[in-house]
Amino acid sequence: MGDREVWLGDEAVAMAAVHAGISGVYGYPGTPSTEIFEAVEAVALREGIHAHWSANEKVAYEEALGMSFAGRRSIVTMKHVGLNVAADAFMNSAVTGVHGGLVLTVADDPGMHSSQNEQDSRYYAHFALVPCLEPADQQQAYEMTREALDLSEAVGLPVVLRLVTRLAHSRASVLPGPRVPQKPLDVWRDPMTFTLLPQNARIQYRRLTEKQADLLHRSETSRWNVLSDGPRHDRGFLVNGIAWNYLMEAFGGECPHPVLRIGQYPVPVDLMRSLVERVEEVVVVEEGYPFLEERLRGIVGIPGKAIRGKLDGTLPRTGELNPTIVAASLGLPVAQGLRPTLGEVPGRPPTLCPGCSHTDSFLEVREAMKPYGDLRVFSDIGCYTLGFYSPLNAIHSCVDMGASISMAAGAAHAGARPVVAAIGDSTFAHSGITPLLTAIRQNVDFTVVILDNGTVAMTGTQKTLATGEDLDRIVLGLGLDPDHLKVIEPHKMRAEEQVAIIRREIEYPGTSVIIARRACVQALRRGVV
Amino acid sequence: MKTDIILSGVGGQGILTIAFVLDNAALSRGLHFKQAEVHGMSQRGGAVYSYLRIADRPIWSDLVPEGQGDMILSVEPLEVQRYLHYLSREGVVISNTAPHKNIPDYPEEAAVLSALLDLPRCVLVDAAAIAAAGRQPKAQNMAMVGAATPFLPFDLADYEPFVRRLFEAKGEALVQGNLAVLRMGWNVGRTVQQLLTQGVPTRQVNSFLLRVTPETVDPDRANEVAVALHGPGAEAFLQEAGGKMPLDAALARCR
Repeated sequence: MGDREVWLGDEAVAMAAVHAGISGVYGYPGTPSTEIFEAVEAVALREGIHAHWSANEKVAYEEALGMSFAGRRSIVTMKHVGLNVAADAFMNSAVTGVHGGLVLTVADDPGMHSSQNEQDSRYYAHFALVPCLEPADQQQAYEMTREALDLSEAVGLPVVLRLVTRLAHSRASVLPGPRVPQKPLDVWRDPMTFTLLPQNARIQYRRLTEKQADLLHRSETSRWNVLSDGPRHDRGFLVNGIAWNYLMEAFGGECPHPVLRIGQYPVPVDLMRSLVERVEEVVVVEEGYPFLEERLRGIVGIPGKAIRGKLDGTLPRTGELNPTIVAASLGLPVAQGLRPTLGEVPGRPPTLCPGCSHTDSFLEVREAMKPYGDLRVFSDIGCYTLGFYSPLNAIHSCVDMGASISMAAGAAHAGARPVVAAIGDSTFAHSGITPLLTAIRQNVDFTVVILDNGTVAMTGTQKTLATGEDLDRIVLGLGLDPDHLKVIEPHKMRAEEQVAIIRREIEYPGTSVIIARRACVQALRRGVV
Repeated sequence: MKTDIILSGVGGQGILTIAFVLDNAALSRGLHFKQAEVHGMSQRGGAVYSYLRIADRPIWSDLVPEGQGDMILSVEPLEVQRYLHYLSREGVVISNTAPHKNIPDYPEEAAVLSALLDLPRCVLVDAAAIAAAGRQPKAQNMAMVGAATPFLPFDLADYEPFVRRLFEAKGEALVQGNLAVLRMGWNVGRTVQQLLTQGVPTRQVNSFLLRVTPETVDPDRANEVAVALHGPGAEAFLQEAGGKMPLDAALARCR
């Protein structure tokens, strides 16, 4: 037992995992999950915990599964869209099951503060048939992470811990619990369990389905799923995670209606029934997609009961919730604040830093493409996505990690010309290598610009796996014609010469790669490059 | 008791350092707090904010409900306008005077400050001048914390252990310098608070104090300021554009 600590939700998860005896933390940076990994990393040497960023979320998840195979505990950290990348490993790890405790800590981003969608990871847990825990505050984040590791070993399955931005990135005081030591090495012996040949996988999948009754029982009796009563039964509430906080805020801490609060999945069926039976209508207040609402409503609804929520427009379908939205949706009083005293308040969108190498790279690419009229630059996930904004207006796509290269290739297949892809060094290591390999083998007529600033800049200058000469060798190793690999240091002073290089490679009717290499100004300031 | 604060500024201005100091002060007082912040994309020079809620009872939401905020503490004067709908009618704005002009359509600086003086309760803080007076040019955020503190459930002494933790690696002089900047900020905040309580308009109080060298601002002499603001020279003094002068000189100009 320690003193109270001031922790982000992310840090509470991290320290809980350390206190619960993890031997490894795995992950790829992604807002709002990054600080989980970083908080473990900060104590990893002292604690003897393996902590190295992986090339992508799939690699991270598989490494964690390997650690589980060897009998030791670990957590994997990623943002919600990272789970799409890790989904193959994740789905199949439910079929293999786990040995040492494995918890996937995934941070969703309702409202898309720093993401390209607001997908809800509870669907993944449901899809994979594994338990999911969902904290409402920092103390729960701590306690649930520890419970999740225990639960993972008790049921022999990976467990999902779902966070959302407003908990991941909110601080409060947390009372830590006692520490337990790391587990000894205990390598799994049965050759069948983790070898998902159809013959074995059928057995394992049946075992997974047979575990469901136990998982449901655990949810029904979980201390995180609580049905509370109230004097007024005209209405009842079904809420998840931090939506409970907003409901309590709206009612000033005392809700006069029955409330079923969900923090553990699979959905507790009996508890849901008990709620429905005692009220005339159920309002489902959920942070995320209408997951509980869809399960409750089914296709035909419940005769004689009104079910309100995101599907009928009682609450907004998109964006994150907040206490004001919840109060207003329920017809509760909302206070009026002050009005702006300055007529027009201009927006202040994020921008590339002063002196950023990406700015010079984009200006040169734009200049090089000028003779061709329309600019077609497929781009990717990172700081350089800010190249979308005026005055650069330099990119035309950002879909998922690595999509710049594959989409550019597809456009080139269709006959578009010239086609340029712009991708950062870390995104290239994450998911750019395989599409470039594919393109080189076809000698696709396009140019890939790798913006090598030597760091994972957007998420806070984490270590990148492929930069400098290592990156050059990777690109050449994929089979690129060495005559069409050009390395430049983008700079206004040499713009004319560099624009000419880029233009020559764009004109070349085959695959070419420009590596625009200059260190990130943030990383230089922090001394990490 | 509850104090709901919106911290605002521009990515890179260090509002999280302010949050760190205030969070720990709340913890050491045994108060409940929740502090939601923004990381990632928006930190790149964009508008950033953080909600900090402090109370003597459990806090439900990490986010401040609209119209219920008690304070906007902003390290940039234009950014205040973005969050006024969170502020209750009794709420106070504590704002730095220095604009951060990283957008092409930044309004005229005088208009930005004048708009803040239209608010019922506002403390304008020349954080750069206070930090310079303490010979800690980087301690502008400490000046802001100091100015906000008379409106918070804290004393300056609450911050000392955390200021020490933040700066002790860089030497005792830096610790003492930051504490001095906190004190000068507090003097400004406390003086404005007393004058506003007495019904002196926001515009007059702040226009006067911005003309006074920070090291001479003294909350124990708030009454003298109130009296001087009724003096024959006050209106002309407040309207002229000019540099800072010691408190005595400013009082003399008004009388």
